Amino acid sequence: MSVRIKVHSPGLFTTLQDGGRFGYEHQGVPPSGPMDSIAHRIANLLVGNPANAAALEMTALGGSFAVVGGDCNVCVSGRVQLLVDSPGEVQRELETWRTHRLAAGSVLSVGYLEHGMRAYLAVAGAFVVPLVLGSASTLTRARLGGIEGRCLAAGDEIPIGAATAAVDSRTFPRELIDACYGTGAIGVLLGPQDDYFSAGQIDAFLGAGFKVSAQSDRMGYRLQGPAIAHRHGADIVSDAIVAGSIQIPGSGQPIIALHDRQTTGGYAKIATVIAADLPRLGQYQPGQIVRFTALSIDDAVERWRALVARLGAFAAQCGRPIPFPEENNMNRGVTYRD
Amino acid sequence: MSLPPKQPTPRFLLAGDRALTVEFGQTIDALTNRRVQQLAARLNAQRGDAIVGVVPTYRSLTVSYEPLRISLDALRAKIVACLAGEQLGSVPSRRWLVPVCYGGECGEDLETLAATHDMTPGEVIALHSAPVYRVYMVGFLPGFAYLGDLDQRLHTPRRAVPRPLTPAGSINVGGQQTAIASVAGPSGWHLLGRTPWRSFDPQRVNPFLFAAGDEVVFTPIGEKDYAQMAAAIDRGDDLPRPVSREPEDER
Repeated sequence: MSVRIKVHSPGLFTTLQDGGRFGYEHQGVPPSGPMDSIAHRIANLLVGNPANAAALEMTALGGSFAVVGGDCNVCVSGRVQLLVDSPGEVQRELETWRTHRLAAGSVLSVGYLEHGMRAYLAVAGAFVVPLVLGSASTLTRARLGGIEGRCLAAGDEIPIGAATAAVDSRTFPRELIDACYGTGAIGVLLGPQDDYFSAGQIDAFLGAGFKVSAQSDRMGYRLQGPAIAHRHGADIVSDAIVAGSIQIPGSGQPIIALHDRQTTGGYAKIATVIAADLPRLGQYQPGQIVRFTALSIDDAVERWRALVARLGAFAAQCGRPIPFPEENNMNRGVTYRD
Repeated sequence: MSLPPKQPTPRFLLAGDRALTVEFGQTIDALTNRRVQQLAARLNAQRGDAIVGVVPTYRSLTVSYEPLRISLDALRAKIVACLAGEQLGSVPSRRWLVPVCYGGECGEDLETLAATHDMTPGEVIALHSAPVYRVYMVGFLPGFAYLGDLDQRLHTPRRAVPRPLTPAGSINVGGQQTAIASVAGPSGWHLLGRTPWRSFDPQRVNPFLFAAGDEVVFTPIGEKDYAQMAAAIDRGDDLPRPVSREPEDER
């Protein structure tokens, strides 16, 4: 039988995600895809996959996974402890953000996230599952994609495609990680319904720190902080919600819509997180404080351009130039494997 | 039909650095929704590297774009050009006769809702199945169709406590809206009935039945018919189809 990964322990909330299920938002289907697209892409590139190939997204706690049926190149991205038990060897620690060759029978253990909220496991050849609406991404809310539309469970076996090329062991350097994610307050553009709020309330929103609540998941983050008041009520006639839309419901406590979001909603949206800061936002832990800073569209696009350029340069070094922008390409049915 | 004169110019609203919302108004009405859908159709025809996606809703549409391929200014100019030839008569639409088993197990809130409005369940069914509804938007969950123009006499505030799980195919009323639920999920709306049709089935060649702009008429059926149709659909023997209709039939 071909090479596959067998799940020994699944972690807390581990799902299969590829680049995303684009092109169906007008039919109520959110794109899903990785909460941290930087870590997801890098893990894939390091094992020689296309950047948008299907990989595991682990949440808060990694889990343990056995390599069955053959050897396999793997990479885990994220700030997490990584251990491997290989047949006939003592347990050893492996570096994250680096390619490793694992012998058949090896068991990879991914620990608690030390910093951040999500880690990714990519395997050379990528996980192979039936595509739903063109994507392997899991949307648990609608039981779509991935493994039967659910989180991984102990005993699951996920087949791996044939790796096309031998891959040198590579590392994604620390300074490049830092440069990609950036630091500081999360950048936003005001709108689309910032006119539902007074200038004073917008200042209050931008000046405050908000705690990421425990009720935060792939659908969105619920924040806790000073209540943001509307001028004339929170309700709008429902319109589209994008990744990063910051809705203010009647309670005044913001909700940031993320990748498994509902595609439409009826609360006024004060601001939207910029594209370049979504991956970093995807790593916020419950209890952590998030702050926002308002940017101009030009500054936001510049930061997006810089991120795309950094990832693109690394992808080219890996021999896997990213067909940019890959979201667009997926709209047109580009395949996820060779 | 041409547009009545003096249609308000839409507003452009930033929805982040990769999406632009074009807002035609702030009300739920058929004319506004037609303007939304016409622009959506025109922009969809230009989808590609630059314009990535178009999501039409009740009274606005949100255009996803790649800012490294088209600038915000250029996108605005493109949209303004699309609006220049605005004409609403040519929008084709499909009509669906959707079978619904009202009341009983299929619609456990029918009697309560009727009592709230001092009506009999039969009167509620008659009012609910009389109009030709327009699908104003599909959203929230995969394939979930929001219908406009619910009879005012049936407007009902949502339940104080939402149900954690309601079945796929539920025909619901919430506030001034009615909807066809596509997948099982939590809901604070009132359950009037259920259709054996599945408006979302990812295994089907056409996974989504309804699109924004379609017309829907509810056809009451009995519990036996419901069971038979549901079984036929499960077996794959029956596939919901729209009725044929002249594209130009203004109401």
